[in-house]
Amino acid sequence: MTIQSTAQEVTVLELDPFSDEFLNDPYEAHEQMREAGPVFWLERYQLYGVARHDEVSQVLADHETYVSSRGVGISDFAKEKPWRPPSLLLEADPPHHTKARHVVSHIMTPKVLRGLKEGFQERADELVARVAAGKGTVDGVADLAEAFPLEVFPDFIGLPKDGRENLLPYGSMVFNTFGPRNSHFERAMERGAKAQAWIMEQCQPGAPAPDGLGAKIHAAAAEAGYDEVDQAKLLRSFLSAGVDTTVHGIGNALQCLAENPEQFGYLREDPSLARAAFEETVRYSSPVQTFFRTTNKDAELAGIRIPEGSKVLMFLAAANRDPRQWENPASFDIRRKAAGHVGFGFGVHACLGQMLARLEGECFLTALARNVGKLELAGEPVQQLNNTLRGLDSLPLRLTAA
Amino acid sequence: MPKITYILPDGLETVLDAEPGTSVMRTAVSHGVPGIVAECGGNAMCATCHVYVETEAAEGLPAVSDVEDEMLDCTASERCANSRLSCQLHVSEDITVRLPETQV
Ligand code: FES
Repeated sequence: MTIQSTAQEVTVLELDPFSDEFLNDPYEAHEQMREAGPVFWLERYQLYGVARHDEVSQVLADHETYVSSRGVGISDFAKEKPWRPPSLLLEADPPHHTKARHVVSHIMTPKVLRGLKEGFQERADELVARVAAGKGTVDGVADLAEAFPLEVFPDFIGLPKDGRENLLPYGSMVFNTFGPRNSHFERAMERGAKAQAWIMEQCQPGAPAPDGLGAKIHAAAAEAGYDEVDQAKLLRSFLSAGVDTTVHGIGNALQCLAENPEQFGYLREDPSLARAAFEETVRYSSPVQTFFRTTNKDAELAGIRIPEGSKVLMFLAAANRDPRQWENPASFDIRRKAAGHVGFGFGVHACLGQMLARLEGECFLTALARNVGKLELAGEPVQQLNNTLRGLDSLPLRLTAA
Repeated sequence: MPKITYILPDGLETVLDAEPGTSVMRTAVSHGVPGIVAECGGNAMCATCHVYVETEAAEGLPAVSDVEDEMLDCTASERCANSRLSCQLHVSEDITVRLPETQV
């Protein structure tokens, strides 16, 4: 790519995408960023941002220019030592990344996932029916959105029953640390420190149950030539990325359906819309809001010059509501075709667990459609503020059994 | 512009002009051709963009990668010798593909 000296001026924005105000309700600011231009400069953090679907997709697709090995958070690993050893998947580039990714994609195929469906569905039905049968209000987060993934996911990996409560603070810590060292970062590190030891123990070869996915990853990694330290690191990726994200996806879906009763009506009438409803949730209320890349050489994007060593912040959730890409982007519509959103990323770093997440979301929402006649908010939902994720701390709901 | 012919399971044909370099999947999805689900958006992770390539001399096509090969073992309709993932087929020449009975 040639760099033209006539490169356009970049718009400077003062807003802070990691402030409480922004994290609570980012949508107006998303609009401001999309309208500022295809690329903008965030003065406060001295980095570039992209918020339109087209430019976010271009950055995701060009993994040679916009690398991940220098960190997918705000810190540049070329200048700062990361707080934990880098992930072999998330924080790596081809060819290293390609090899690690293949170890996993080879094991977690659509065929294997199809085989899980029946069991997941049974457990979702059981959980939702039980919660719906209770009287009074429930917390959609603790009683449903956390309960379901925390039951099926660790079983699938082969983790012990004791200690599973560590998964949430650990995931929350990992995603918070992609942002700047603000209060969310510091608090998450504190809460996560205790969980970290448990997580590391579970990641050791030999620790997970022999028939689970964890043991299969260790075996495949060993066969591909990874030593024990790296085998553990590969499994760590699952435990970091596989829980909070899905919990938030399900929690956000519950909120969207409770706030849009006509949409829940469509789902009730036709439970086969469950998968589409989950997909639309990931577009409309994306659990993963942002990721960073770093330019490994001078680049040009939409006519704007981005020098080597720049951090580029991709606003995935803003791209998922870009009116250049979607009709009525700010309406939650489970009957739309939401495919093409970047809520799971795109390209070589596209979320490896996306098919598992869809399966969990589908089974849960199918159970909701079958077992719940009426879904109402029973109080104000409380956001859980995180530097990367969007999800809820609590969601008071009134469920009427079907 | 290369032309892509889609033969639907019921025998109906749709012919589309493709932007050179775009995929058979992307072209179908952006024109609303039914029968290509493409759930993962083109990342070779879902196997729901399966097609059978009917063009005789298909030398111009990119080779099947290891990942695509594995994914083709997971298609909902039977895998045949001419099975491909349409998200991995970036076309530069005319091509005809037949859509399977089902993708999920
Ligand atoms: S679109 Fe998912 S494999 Fe092609």
